[in-house]
Amino acid sequence: MADAAHGLGGLKYDPKKRAKPPELNVFIALVVIVAAFELLGWLLYRDSFLFNTRPNVDAIFNWARLNIIILQVSIVGIIAIGVTQVIISGGIDLSSGSVVGATAMIVMSFAQTAVVNGNPNPKAIFGEWAMDLPVIVPVLVGLGCGLVAGLINGLLIAYTRIPPFIATLGMMVSARGLSKWWSNGNPISFPTESYAAIGKGMMPVVIFVCLAVLFHLILRYTLYGKHTYAIGSNEDAARMSGINVARHKVLIYAIAGMLASVAAIVLSSKNLTAQAGMGVMYELDAIAMSVIGGVSLAGGRGSIVGTVIGALIFGVIISGFTFLKLDAYYQEMVKGAIIVGAVVLDQWRQRRMASRM
Amino acid sequence: MSDIVLETRDLTKHYGGVHALEGVNFILRKGEHVAIMGDNGAGKSTFVRQITGVEQRTRGEILFYGRPVNFAGPLEAREAGIETVFQTLALADHLDVADNLFLGREKLRLRLGPFSILDYKGMREATLKALQKTGVKIPNIHNTIERMSGGQRQCVAIARTATFHSRLTIMDEPTAALGVQETAQVENIIRNLKEQGEPLILISHNMRQVFDLVDRIVVFRRGRICANLRKEETDGQEVVAYITGAKTQPEYADAA
Ligand SMILES: Nc1ncnc2c1ncn2[C@@H]1O[C@H](COP(=O)(O)OP(=O)(O)OP(=O)(O)O)[C@@H](O)[C@H]1O
Ligand SMILES: [Mg+2]
Repeated sequence: MADAAHGLGGLKYDPKKRAKPPELNVFIALVVIVAAFELLGWLLYRDSFLFNTRPNVDAIFNWARLNIIILQVSIVGIIAIGVTQVIISGGIDLSSGSVVGATAMIVMSFAQTAVVNGNPNPKAIFGEWAMDLPVIVPVLVGLGCGLVAGLINGLLIAYTRIPPFIATLGMMVSARGLSKWWSNGNPISFPTESYAAIGKGMMPVVIFVCLAVLFHLILRYTLYGKHTYAIGSNEDAARMSGINVARHKVLIYAIAGMLASVAAIVLSSKNLTAQAGMGVMYELDAIAMSVIGGVSLAGGRGSIVGTVIGALIFGVIISGFTFLKLDAYYQEMVKGAIIVGAVVLDQWRQRRMASRM
Repeated sequence: MSDIVLETRDLTKHYGGVHALEGVNFILRKGEHVAIMGDNGAGKSTFVRQITGVEQRTRGEILFYGRPVNFAGPLEAREAGIETVFQTLALADHLDVADNLFLGREKLRLRLGPFSILDYKGMREATLKALQKTGVKIPNIHNTIERMSGGQRQCVAIARTATFHSRLTIMDEPTAALGVQETAQVENIIRNLKEQGEPLILISHNMRQVFDLVDRIVVFRRGRICANLRKEETDGQEVVAYITGAKTQPEYADAA
């Protein structure tokens, strides 16, 4: 079978020399960056980035730091799973950070507990009827918010042919407005215990990993995935092949919106509060994770595996700067540089691919 | 029932002010292979796009096996049995051969709406069979289209139409980028279709090829038909005269 698969035509072909998966390069980049921080750590502070150096702890790795890295990236990582699909299809989603904000505010209003330390909840948004609801209510409300935002994005993009950049920019501004208007800028706090359990401890990581595996399988093995790549690769070809491009785009943005709302639920549960400013700039972090992970802004290329490694690189860099005791302002500047750098890298990759054709 | 496969009546397409296609009356009969010739911009590809539902016509009627049809999109045309190699090839560059062959009608292992699970193995095996049947040479079918030569891409697009049994095949300049051997392969595919009695519309600028393969030549000029010639009753020089506008058949005189 394998012979026949490759025996067509006169050219010699060596099946053992399959093209390396592109994720390999991203993984190597991750290893190199970790090694660089390790080296800098020893040079500057005589301390290890990766390994345990405290004598009272019995472990090889510095698990505390590794856990923080993974925990830090998993919430934005959930958004990045959706953003990856959007970018593979040739689009972009700038609204996810604001959708997180709006969803968190709305969800939290349905997740409050009636009594805090023997007193009525001081942050109550609604009356008695919205207190101590079963956890499924806020979760469904949250997913609904993400779904609506994503559907609006998708319908605008698919049927009015507004560029995705503009449509989702509009959603970004509107959803942020909604989150500020919702409680006149007041934070919403004191969720029920069952709601607080969603994002407790390492739960965000568990949710991130499960969703990453699920969507990896979906992108790889289902019609949805194949058509997402096809649309990003050549939208006209997809249309001529009979794919309902408009309907598929609506589905992609709806899923991206729902993933942003999952991030909002996890984040508000983890923080035990929702604020109007939640999720600011998350959209850019998510785009950066995807692009670092090899998702091409031109569409058609990328994978969830790549994005997960991209998210880890992102987390390692942020945590590495803390480790090197650089202050927060530097970190912001560096983050900006990472985002621009990732896009430059993507452009460069595209040119290189083009010259190989 | 008559033996007409495809008929267009007064088929017209305007792009804003551009009259790309004007009052085309075209007939294709069972088992017939017809070539459409004409200069660049004569409206040949536009004609194909109206028939296959890629675009919606401005005016006119299309009858497929005697039934008036209004394909909302290429999928409907395909489901009705029209297979097309578009001039732009319509391939997804980042996907491999099997993916492209089955794009839009994937083999499935489990039906779950949009999340149906793909039958990769089945598609790969069918792809190999299709490539062998058509004699298309591709060193590695796992390669993505972007890593293939122009001719190989064209071969993939042609293999796609030849894989699926169709009631009408349309090829828009299928051999434009092909080498001598590959052109011969494609011409063989076309002869096979002829033997199986499958009707074909072939758009080509290659006079030798047209005279080798088809029964009839229809010449387009500035969006109109200006000649309808049986192969035995004409020659290359006459066809060129029609294409360039030196001649027009009397029944199409208003085309001039
Ligand atoms: N989408 C469009 N918008 C405006 N004008 C168009 C469009 N598509 C085609 N045209 C015009 O319609 C005319 C016919 O184009 P068409 O592609 O059918 O030519 P053709 O006969 O296939 O030529 P070629 O031999 O070069 O492929 C051309 O003048 C072209 O510029
Ligand atoms: Mg053409």
